[in-house]
Amino acid sequence: MNALRRRFQPEQIRELVLIALIFGIILFFGTQIENYFSPRTFTRISTSVAVVAIVAVGQTLVILTRNIDLSVGSIVGFTAYVVGTILSRNNDIPPVMVVLLAVAMGAAMGALNGLLVAYGRVPAIIVTLGTLALYRTILVEISGANSVLTNELPRWLVNLPPVNVFHLGDLDIRLLFFIALVVVVLFQFIASYAAWGRRLYAIGSNPDAARVAGFPAQRIVFTAFILSGALAGLAGFVFLARFGNITVVAGQGVELQSVAAAVVGGVNINGGLGSPFGAFLGAILIDVIDNSLIRWLAISEFWRDALLGLLILLAVATDTVIMNRLRKAWSRHELQISGSETSAEKGGAHHAA
Amino acid sequence: MPPRWSFLRRWEGLLLILLIVIVAYNALNTPGYLTVNNWVNLFQLSIEKIIVALIMTFIIINAEIDLSVASVMGLSACLTGFLYAGGAPMAGALAAGLLAGIIAGLFNSFWISAVGLPSLVVTLSGLIMYRGLAYVLLEDRSIGNFPAWFNQLGQQPLLGPFPLAMLIFFVLLLFAIIILHYSGFGRYIYVIGNSKDVARYAGVRVQRTKMLLFVASSTIAALAGLLYAARLGAVRGDMATGFELDIITMVLLGGVSIFGGSGSLWGVLLSVLIILNLRNGMGLANLSGHVQTGVIGVLLILSVLAPNLFASFRASWSRRRARSQESNNA
Repeated sequence: MNALRRRFQPEQIRELVLIALIFGIILFFGTQIENYFSPRTFTRISTSVAVVAIVAVGQTLVILTRNIDLSVGSIVGFTAYVVGTILSRNNDIPPVMVVLLAVAMGAAMGALNGLLVAYGRVPAIIVTLGTLALYRTILVEISGANSVLTNELPRWLVNLPPVNVFHLGDLDIRLLFFIALVVVVLFQFIASYAAWGRRLYAIGSNPDAARVAGFPAQRIVFTAFILSGALAGLAGFVFLARFGNITVVAGQGVELQSVAAAVVGGVNINGGLGSPFGAFLGAILIDVIDNSLIRWLAISEFWRDALLGLLILLAVATDTVIMNRLRKAWSRHELQISGSETSAEKGGAHHAA
Repeated sequence: MPPRWSFLRRWEGLLLILLIVIVAYNALNTPGYLTVNNWVNLFQLSIEKIIVALIMTFIIINAEIDLSVASVMGLSACLTGFLYAGGAPMAGALAAGLLAGIIAGLFNSFWISAVGLPSLVVTLSGLIMYRGLAYVLLEDRSIGNFPAWFNQLGQQPLLGPFPLAMLIFFVLLLFAIIILHYSGFGRYIYVIGNSKDVARYAGVRVQRTKMLLFVASSTIAALAGLLYAARLGAVRGDMATGFELDIITMVLLGGVSIFGGSGSLWGVLLSVLIILNLRNGMGLANLSGHVQTGVIGVLLILSVLAPNLFASFRASWSRRRARSQESNNA
């Protein structure tokens, strides 16, 4: 037990539990659904998780600072639609420019959110509730009730979803999923090791202390919202590549899915706890259940949302109860260690953040 | 007068001026605008949301939030439709729909009060779950052909020019004002919203109050869902989707702080009137429903941003003045 305690933090144990849960659910559906253990299942789930996973990472950055971004669904729809329209008028824009355009557009919308939250001191839930409506309104207005159609898009974009980056045995790692993976890994490193990432946690755990400690809290929150918007813009590009046909309602509901993924993945809604990787696992867990229930013949597919809601609740409830126990056990242990340290070296305990 | 209250008074004054401007504008541009029938119509078009906004005011002042209300509306209406289509008598089906709301409220408040989870998470999953259950019941069907008296209750005036839903709203509004602003229980709601710990040390039964509020919230939402079904004359799995955002906007625009502890039903009533008249005016000006939603979204942000900016300008101005006075003295 002590070895376990030294090696793992409670948060890591919760991620291990999540991974175990995902595998358990996959095993269960494997016994229920014919041909479940096939590369196609993996491809299906990995492509469909990409959009929400990317958005959930951005959502995590914002939630860590004790804020929330409900406008991401509208940002995803907006970028997917506008980039799609621009592309269908001009097929020759180089792919890199297209991605940059989507990210920049998302970042600009995120910047407005961040400006209002960090410098206007308007609560994030109010700002993003308002911009959720606002961005969607602008989209509907400029669209003039037209849709983006697959056959007007350049070929490289339409052919993007089946592109493989590499194989893992039988499993294909598709480019769209790979983009999500890169985003998750990158931001996991930033959140765990970069000073900016650690400050997200500090602000979320105790905003007053962070301010007293001299962190530029406003700027950090502002940047978190820009990144959330930029990632939603990137997700908008992935959305466009995956579906091709984009209407003005594209991306509706992604805001709740991303919050759900983050929360199931152990990101505390009150800030300061959780990780991008956890949110990624949360997104996968939700998507596995979602995709499997459609193919499970025992119950109608209409049970999907009812079970999903219950799952989120149970995940958070067990999390709260178990994590509180674990954290108590760990801190008791830490106290013992630090107690013996102080008596031995008279140096005082140094707690790692 | 403590500064917090004078701010509130100013806020409601601002809303009142805004309302008068909008109503005056509409009245000058549309003949027959100030008739009772037009106003009944105005209310009737979003009466279900307004009814739920009343209890949402309690919840937000209590520093909680209930995102599941629209899904509960859908669930209760769908359950009623499902049972009625299955041959149950209409009255029994309605009772079952209401009961579904009470059960949903008990379920929510179990996780919030007994387990201690944040209400944002609990009601977010409630939003998904109750909507899911509505789909389980009706799949993608639509059920109509309710008895004539049911549709009539939803669509025809019952007393004078007022239909049932509006009468219910008036009664609930009266109760809500008395409870929130003139009873001890109402003071507890503010105290809890200001500081849960202070309330607990002062002997307020925090968990029981929360439980009561969330059960009431879902029950009233279920009632509103049934009224909505009566008005539409048919039920579907996706009915009332997204209403929660409109409802919360009504409450927040009314000056209720999202952090709890302040705000009043008077402000919410004014903001409801503003939203109704604004939508009506924009509709007359041929703006689409989407633009209307966008404008109200901007209004929501401005409603919090404007006082903040004003306060910070004033602070920096008075700082500068103090500094120049200092230099003058020196």
